[in-house]
Amino acid sequence: MTLGFDPRRDPRKIVIWTLVALGGVVMVMPFAFMLSTSLKSREELYDLRLFPLAPTLENYVYLFRESRFVRWFLNSFAIASISTVSVLFFDSLAGYVLCKYRFKGRQVVFIAILSTLMIPTEMLVIPWYVMSKNLGWLNTYWGIMFPGMITGFGVFLMKQFFETVPDALIDAARIDGLSEFRIFWEVALPLVTPALSALAIFTFLGSWTAFLWPLIVTNSASNYTVPVGLASFSGEFTTEWNMIMTGAAVATIPTLLVFILLQKYIIRGVILSGVKG
Amino acid sequence: MASVTLTRVLKRFDRTPVVHGIDLDIGDGEFVVLVGPSGCGKSTTLRMIAGLEDLTDGEIRIGDRIVNRLEPKDRNIAMVFQNYAIYPHMTVHKNIAFGLRMAKLPKAEEDRRVREAASVLGLTDLLERRPSQLSGGQRQRVAIGRAMVRNPAVFLFDEPLSNLDAQLRAQMRLEIKKLHQGLATTVIYVTHDQVEAMTLADRIVVMKDGKIEQIGTPTEVYRRPATMFVARFIGSPSMNMIAGKTTGNGVELDGLGRVDVSTSSGAGRPVFLGVRPDDLRVADGDSGALSLEARINVIEPLGPDALVYAESGGRELVAKADGRATLHRGETVKLVASADALHVFDAGTEARLP
Repeated sequence: MTLGFDPRRDPRKIVIWTLVALGGVVMVMPFAFMLSTSLKSREELYDLRLFPLAPTLENYVYLFRESRFVRWFLNSFAIASISTVSVLFFDSLAGYVLCKYRFKGRQVVFIAILSTLMIPTEMLVIPWYVMSKNLGWLNTYWGIMFPGMITGFGVFLMKQFFETVPDALIDAARIDGLSEFRIFWEVALPLVTPALSALAIFTFLGSWTAFLWPLIVTNSASNYTVPVGLASFSGEFTTEWNMIMTGAAVATIPTLLVFILLQKYIIRGVILSGVKG
Repeated sequence: MASVTLTRVLKRFDRTPVVHGIDLDIGDGEFVVLVGPSGCGKSTTLRMIAGLEDLTDGEIRIGDRIVNRLEPKDRNIAMVFQNYAIYPHMTVHKNIAFGLRMAKLPKAEEDRRVREAASVLGLTDLLERRPSQLSGGQRQRVAIGRAMVRNPAVFLFDEPLSNLDAQLRAQMRLEIKKLHQGLATTVIYVTHDQVEAMTLADRIVVMKDGKIEQIGTPTEVYRRPATMFVARFIGSPSMNMIAGKTTGNGVELDGLGRVDVSTSSGAGRPVFLGVRPDDLRVADGDSGALSLEARINVIEPLGPDALVYAESGGRELVAKADGRATLHRGETVKLVASADALHVFDAGTEARLP
């Protein structure tokens, strides 16, 4: 392995690299244990060695044949995809309007949207639940999705990014005869694709890993999302760690794919928004 | 082609008035330049003509139509912006054709117009490029091309050359003038650069604080400025202003003696006497209506002539000298100007006294 520098010349870098490597190991350990546990048989489960003595795929066979994991996976995928499309459309639309139109109360609306970022999910689930119950949304896809269809964070991100689109372009498009919506759609939106991809990644991953609200709003196994489904492997008296780890390993694949394929957008997105993903 | 008429056009942002009810008549095919310092309301006026800003009060006509309530696209205008405003995600061809596509022109006609504009503007080889691959001058040509293909009745230019370097600016200025001579379309052009105003305009409209200070041909505005502001704004370096008081048939300058100049005004009125650096010459012997002794502080050679910054009676004046004259710092010289080069302004109203 090449280090890319000569340690004799810069001993400080050895320290830095060592710390970074240690950090990396700490981050990877749970992941390694998840994979390892998913390959262990029931007997080996509480043996904490990293490499199973008799690796087996029986957990995977069970997961796909006997459990409803495939259903949960599809549920999660549909919900995350629809939420992402919705967030991209509505957040960028709201962000565009707040950025490019001057109207009374604009600042108030923006601050109101921003302030929603300060309210934790834990505080919102009860009102959401009451609302879902009154509207008959309990145990439905719509019930799972509705709180995440538009996000304050996305509106904020898109508004900030639309600031980089020159007003003159929008004026030019008006003179060219575009309707206001088409100016947004054909002129402004194509210029903010980096922000859109960052927002898409954040939203998809956020929805994919959401646990608390889907757990509360669903009550039949056929409506579970992956995290809720995995949690159902943990019963009152026993926890099927091997199944949880196997399901988690499969559930990680889309996340990993998103990171590997889009990592340059994620980094850019983090820089853009100044937050962690 | 069309005339443009502004009647008592007023614009307020919130409660702050930025354009104070101006009247302006622009003839068919005329090239009119709105000029003034930043914040004078010239761009707002242009944007109101374009339909990008609403009027608070007043009326704008293009041709014989009142356009106050018309959308920009229905006003038969085209606009070129300071920072080009060409769509970065489209090729040059698409950029130029975009407005035509919105107007649902037949494809063949669209293509013909784009190619024609491209050939006039020297863009034919660049049609498939994207704006990021173009230089500033090329981008501005694309913006002009996009305006041209619309065959507008009125061209609006909002400081189109401000982002270009000096050499390119001079070249594009010439091209815009040629374009106007070729198309003979009405042009309204906004700039803060008085050289652009002088060189391009059939008529110049000088604006300040949302009001029109003077409307006139470049020569009128230069030779007979209506106010002190216009006198100082047009022409570079700025006009020299010397405080004084009217006497019966002239002006008594503070500490610099008397000058014979007609003011058609009673005695004792506080005034400013203005004289352009171009008209104030370093003389050897002959004297004019105005004649001042001055000590040279700085000499700036310009080639054919030189700018001389000289002090007289405690104030610094700018004069011109022949470029071949041998002058030295600290030397005392005589500065002279003829009577027809002198301008008198009321110190209170700042208006010209004829």
